Amino acid sequence: MSGSALLVSALSLGGVCTAFGIFIAAANRKLKVWEDPRIDQTEELLPGTNCGACGTPGCHAFAEGLVAGEQEPAGCTVMGPDDIVDVAAFLGVDAGESNKRIARLLCAGGSDVAIQKSTYEGHRSCQAAAAVSGGGKGCNWGCLGLADCAVSCDFDAIHMSANGLPIVAPDLCTACNDCVEVCPKDLFVLMPVEQELIVQCKSLLEGNPAQDLCDVACTGCGICAKDAEDGLIDMIDGLAVVNYDKNELASLAAIERCPTKAIVWVEGEQFPEHQKSSRSFAV
Amino acid sequence: MFGKEFFRHGVHPPEAKDLTADVPIRRVPFPDQIVLPLRQHIGAPSRALVRKGDRVERGDKIAEAGGFVSVAIHASASGTVKDVEKRAHPDGSYVDSIVIDVEAHSAQVPRPRVIPHWEGLDKKELLRAIQDGGLVGMGGAAFPAHVKLSPPPDQKIDTLLLNGCECEPYLTTDHRTMVEYPERCHIGTRILMKVLGVKKAVVGIERNKPDAIKIMRETVPDDLDIEVLPLTVKYPQGAEKMLIKAVMDREVPEGGLPMNVGVVVMNVASVATVAEIFETGQPLIERILTVTGSGIKKPRNLIVPIGMKVGDVIDACGGFTDDACKVIMGGPMMGPAQGNMETPILKGTSGVVVLNEEEAHPQATYPCIKCGHCLDACPVFLDPQHLGSLGLNMEYMEMYDKNHLSTCMLCGCCSYVCPSHIPLSHLFGVAKSALRSEGVRV
Repeated sequence: MSGSALLVSALSLGGVCTAFGIFIAAANRKLKVWEDPRIDQTEELLPGTNCGACGTPGCHAFAEGLVAGEQEPAGCTVMGPDDIVDVAAFLGVDAGESNKRIARLLCAGGSDVAIQKSTYEGHRSCQAAAAVSGGGKGCNWGCLGLADCAVSCDFDAIHMSANGLPIVAPDLCTACNDCVEVCPKDLFVLMPVEQELIVQCKSLLEGNPAQDLCDVACTGCGICAKDAEDGLIDMIDGLAVVNYDKNELASLAAIERCPTKAIVWVEGEQFPEHQKSSRSFAV
Repeated sequence: MFGKEFFRHGVHPPEAKDLTADVPIRRVPFPDQIVLPLRQHIGAPSRALVRKGDRVERGDKIAEAGGFVSVAIHASASGTVKDVEKRAHPDGSYVDSIVIDVEAHSAQVPRPRVIPHWEGLDKKELLRAIQDGGLVGMGGAAFPAHVKLSPPPDQKIDTLLLNGCECEPYLTTDHRTMVEYPERCHIGTRILMKVLGVKKAVVGIERNKPDAIKIMRETVPDDLDIEVLPLTVKYPQGAEKMLIKAVMDREVPEGGLPMNVGVVVMNVASVATVAEIFETGQPLIERILTVTGSGIKKPRNLIVPIGMKVGDVIDACGGFTDDACKVIMGGPMMGPAQGNMETPILKGTSGVVVLNEEEAHPQATYPCIKCGHCLDACPVFLDPQHLGSLGLNMEYMEMYDKNHLSTCMLCGCCSYVCPSHIPLSHLFGVAKSALRSEGVRV
């Protein structure tokens, strides 16, 4: 009795499975969408971080763009030059021109030069501090130094210096935009590395009120605009703004007479004077 | 006769009102300088009408409304306009402000002006006069009063509800207003009842202010239907939706306004100011303010000119004690801490509370133990525990989309009861400001 029950269930289940198997096989043949096998192969060569810095939603979409010829291998900011050449060789395309960009902080007001109006003791996050009457810093525009950017960075490219400023490592930064989005004071901008003349201040105060809060504030005096080539620097709302369309005119002349050293010439890392301490105090 | 005289959930923080509950209101001498930010209210900033060097008299209009949801600003002291420049605002930003160097020995009375008799004015003219008088909600939110008082024609209003709860600990601003100026409150109520066309007004006062209840009852005019209703003491009873639930037993729908259930709620201090606008012609240029807490040498209730700096106000109360540690603008449950003593008192600032080191000492935060106290405390029935964990992970969109973040009014009940000291309401405030910066209306 029990033997026939086993046989019936085995046969009926087997029959059902076979029927569905045939159906799936037929559907697969009929409905198959062909995808270029090079897309998956290219994706394996990419870093797989899905950071989005290239402008596509992730590495698979970037690989599709590469195979379709819409993207250039150098568009990936995470890969090193050797990897870019590998991808270009695999696809038989030109590597393209790499346009290295990195995140720059528009504030130099570390704890050594900027005053604190009060001490913030709440939840350790810049966004949380900014919600309590602007945070503890005297300057309303300045870096709060609670490291939201360093936490958000997937590439470990941001370390906090001893003076509470984030230091971006140029070789690790992929310009993925995460720090730009997380900063409640909007202090990060992505800049091509060849833009070396930078105003490291966003304070809209002018003159003494600005300098009372921070030794390296832009006071809006306009000396840099006068010293630089015509049209390179505009004074807007009490702040010097570099017109990067004319970046080829930039020279050291613009920074020489700045009374507060708010405008600086940056090659590589920002805040070189903080570098040493940044290594030991990294969090 | 209407509601149960209380709402569900909420908390009972220590009241600490005895420091100033019996201290009569006094005027302060003018400070040397007044700072009047052009953005003191919810809505469009006002537009300055004066320039550097102009001489202004106390009560002069120095900025006009910048739109419908905006009000005028008046000089709160006579003097010379030093400049219209960026000055520190209590919210931490720098906003364009009119700075007035006050003339020494200038008089506290505003110069006489023509006051149209309010009984001869129609509704539209009354509303314009209120907007021109610079009136905003003086309980803290600073919402322009004339907007609240002009509901769309299809919205029937049957009751004017006066908010005399003052549920925030420490503050005695509304309490002293009711005790010392009950007639003014009733005149204001009479004018607002005419504006709204309602026959019924209710004053909700918590039972911990028996003297205010008594004096408000005794002074009700015979020809008006004003009921003074004592309410069970509970925080946050003064939140308008809670008050409507307690007094009328009506529930304001999520995302709705009190006018959706036929009620307009006004703070008693705002109502008293309405009376002042129409009785003496004096616009909103000064307000009653409680300066209190263990960090203040002489806690007092003061009449201060709008725009007086916090530091000057504290000096007028004998200054800080040696262990003063934290200055809070507003009440301790909802008011933000303030680090800059140069920021001015605004139209919506209801108090200045200074805590000492022991009280303000930050408490260590521990992980959530899922005890559910916050769910029992939340007056709007949210799940602060879940919202808090989303907040820590910066999942702001999910807080808004699926967990009704916009219903949260940041009353602070959840933070108050949390045994792990998780700053829940602070996290929700952070989430709200992050979402607002992306253009989401929360």
